[in-house]
Amino acid sequence: MSSLTTPSRAASLGSVSLGRKIKDRAVQGLVYLAFALALIPLVSVLWTVVGNGAKRLDADFLNHSMNGVSGRDTGGGAYHAIIGTLEQVAIASLIAVPIAVLTAIYLVEYGANGRLARVVSFFVDVMTGIPSIVAGLFVLALWLLTLDFGFSGLAGALSLTILMIPTVVRATEEMLKLVPNELREASYALGVPRWRTILFVVVPTALTGMITGIMLAVARVMGETAPLLLTIFFTKAINTDPLSGPQGSLPTFIWEQAKDPSQNSIDRAWTGALVLILIIMLLNLVARIIAGRRAPTGR
Amino acid sequence: MAKRIEVSGLHAYYGGVHAIEDISMTIEPRSVTAFIGPSGCGKSTFLRTLNRMHEVIPGARVEGKVMLDDEDLYASSVDPVAVRRVVGMVFQRPNPFPTMSIYDNVAAGLKLNGVRRKSQLDEIVEESLQGANLWNEVKDRLGKPGAGLSGGQQQRLCIARAIAVQPQVMLMDEPCSALDPISTLAIEDLIGKLKSQYTIVIVTHNMQQAARVSDRTAFFNIAGTGQPGKLIEIDDTSKIFTNPEQKATEDYITGRFG
Ligand SMILES: Nc1ncnc2c1ncn2[C@@H]1O[C@H](COP(=O)(O)OP(=O)(O)OP(=O)(O)O)[C@@H](O)[C@H]1O
Ligand SMILES: [Mg+2]
Repeated sequence: MSSLTTPSRAASLGSVSLGRKIKDRAVQGLVYLAFALALIPLVSVLWTVVGNGAKRLDADFLNHSMNGVSGRDTGGGAYHAIIGTLEQVAIASLIAVPIAVLTAIYLVEYGANGRLARVVSFFVDVMTGIPSIVAGLFVLALWLLTLDFGFSGLAGALSLTILMIPTVVRATEEMLKLVPNELREASYALGVPRWRTILFVVVPTALTGMITGIMLAVARVMGETAPLLLTIFFTKAINTDPLSGPQGSLPTFIWEQAKDPSQNSIDRAWTGALVLILIIMLLNLVARIIAGRRAPTGR
Repeated sequence: MAKRIEVSGLHAYYGGVHAIEDISMTIEPRSVTAFIGPSGCGKSTFLRTLNRMHEVIPGARVEGKVMLDDEDLYASSVDPVAVRRVVGMVFQRPNPFPTMSIYDNVAAGLKLNGVRRKSQLDEIVEESLQGANLWNEVKDRLGKPGAGLSGGQQQRLCIARAIAVQPQVMLMDEPCSALDPISTLAIEDLIGKLKSQYTIVIVTHNMQQAARVSDRTAFFNIAGTGQPGKLIEIDDTSKIFTNPEQKATEDYITGRFG
């Protein structure tokens, strides 16, 4: 274009001035440098965890609890903690995801900046800022002290729910907002009611992004320690019933093992951390596969 | 099947903005009516009041009366969703559902309204794609995504999707403005074919197109920015293009506008 309007510049077509080339290189270098800097902590964490944790990643670790194993003993495992974490996070997700997704749908599709939508949106923002220990204290005060239920996996799941809801609401909201209005109108114009449009046109279009957001929230709460100590307490034995009694969990397992000065305990703590990271990576992988299958192919 | 539309004293607003003012006209069944006029004069707005799509926009409202044969579309007992099943719409930009295959796009209106019988769906999908002159191009890849078609094919897919729910009126808002001349021709042929069954309204900026496809033409105009759009005149297309009543119409058609 510019070569047509300013013929004098046409001569320089193809030769970029040296100054621009240098600037381009310099900025490119800076970007790579920043990327490398950002990778350092990530790689170093993975390196340390794998290096220290691989030693005890054996069958014993995956199918034994710590029942009757003291800190200085070898052996012992995190079976009770893995079961606990999976159950607690599953329950938390079962409660939080529907509530959060429905809230986001209300905010984007129905609220339309109305008064209720603004109030809900404000409280979601407030919830985003709740420190995790406060969520634990809240469940402790309400569920355990006021309503008088005992320590249980469920109580822990409730505190995780409080932490999950705002993240999932925000992520889902962003994804729903990205769905072009034309698609909604196309559906309305076919005589499809609004709720069916949302269910069969809007949500499927946003689904990949929604799943990513949900997985991030799951990964985040899986590593929460403080609220669990307050609500499910802690045990070395296997308790498969999330509805009653203290339960193990990976974060509290790591915390407990790392407290013990004996090398055997510290090794178990590292392996616990490694297993936690592996579970999160596995869940992410599964979610990506599901999301990838749903996305239209052959574009 | 086709129905007559009779509009009287229609006003449309976007919040406080008065977009179109006091429009009255009759749209004949089994014919093509073209809307022409400068940008911003309210053609799309008016078109969208005919299937109650206008009110989908937050704050938008309509005053006046639209009769479809002897039913008032804006009567308080009328469900806008039911209106849109009878009055279909094709948009300016092709907008197939990105998560659905070609087949599912065409079947969407039926499926989302609860038709489940496979044999019935198969039949309607084929009929609609034939009707939209697209069947031969896509019959071997019905399971592929609708978004993978060319723009012109996508627009015909959207037409197939609209006729699959068997409406009685078809509204088209600049259906060819994003298409090449060959696709445009394909759609104009299609309009000629569809008019034996439907009442068709088409908005276009292309005078030749209006002259080629329509039986009647309505000219809209706007007095100035911020003013509501108005209907200047509606008449047989041949009359509008050769001997219009209003000077403004003649100026617009001959390009002496503004
Ligand atoms: N969603 C909206 N919100 C507010 N005002 C709108 C909206 N859509 C259209 N308008 C206004 O209504 C008036 C009529 O617009 P409309 O889209 O009906 O014009 P049009 O004749 O279809 O123009 P074009 O030929 O460019 O498509 C314009 O002044 C426009 O700014
Ligand atoms: Mg328009």
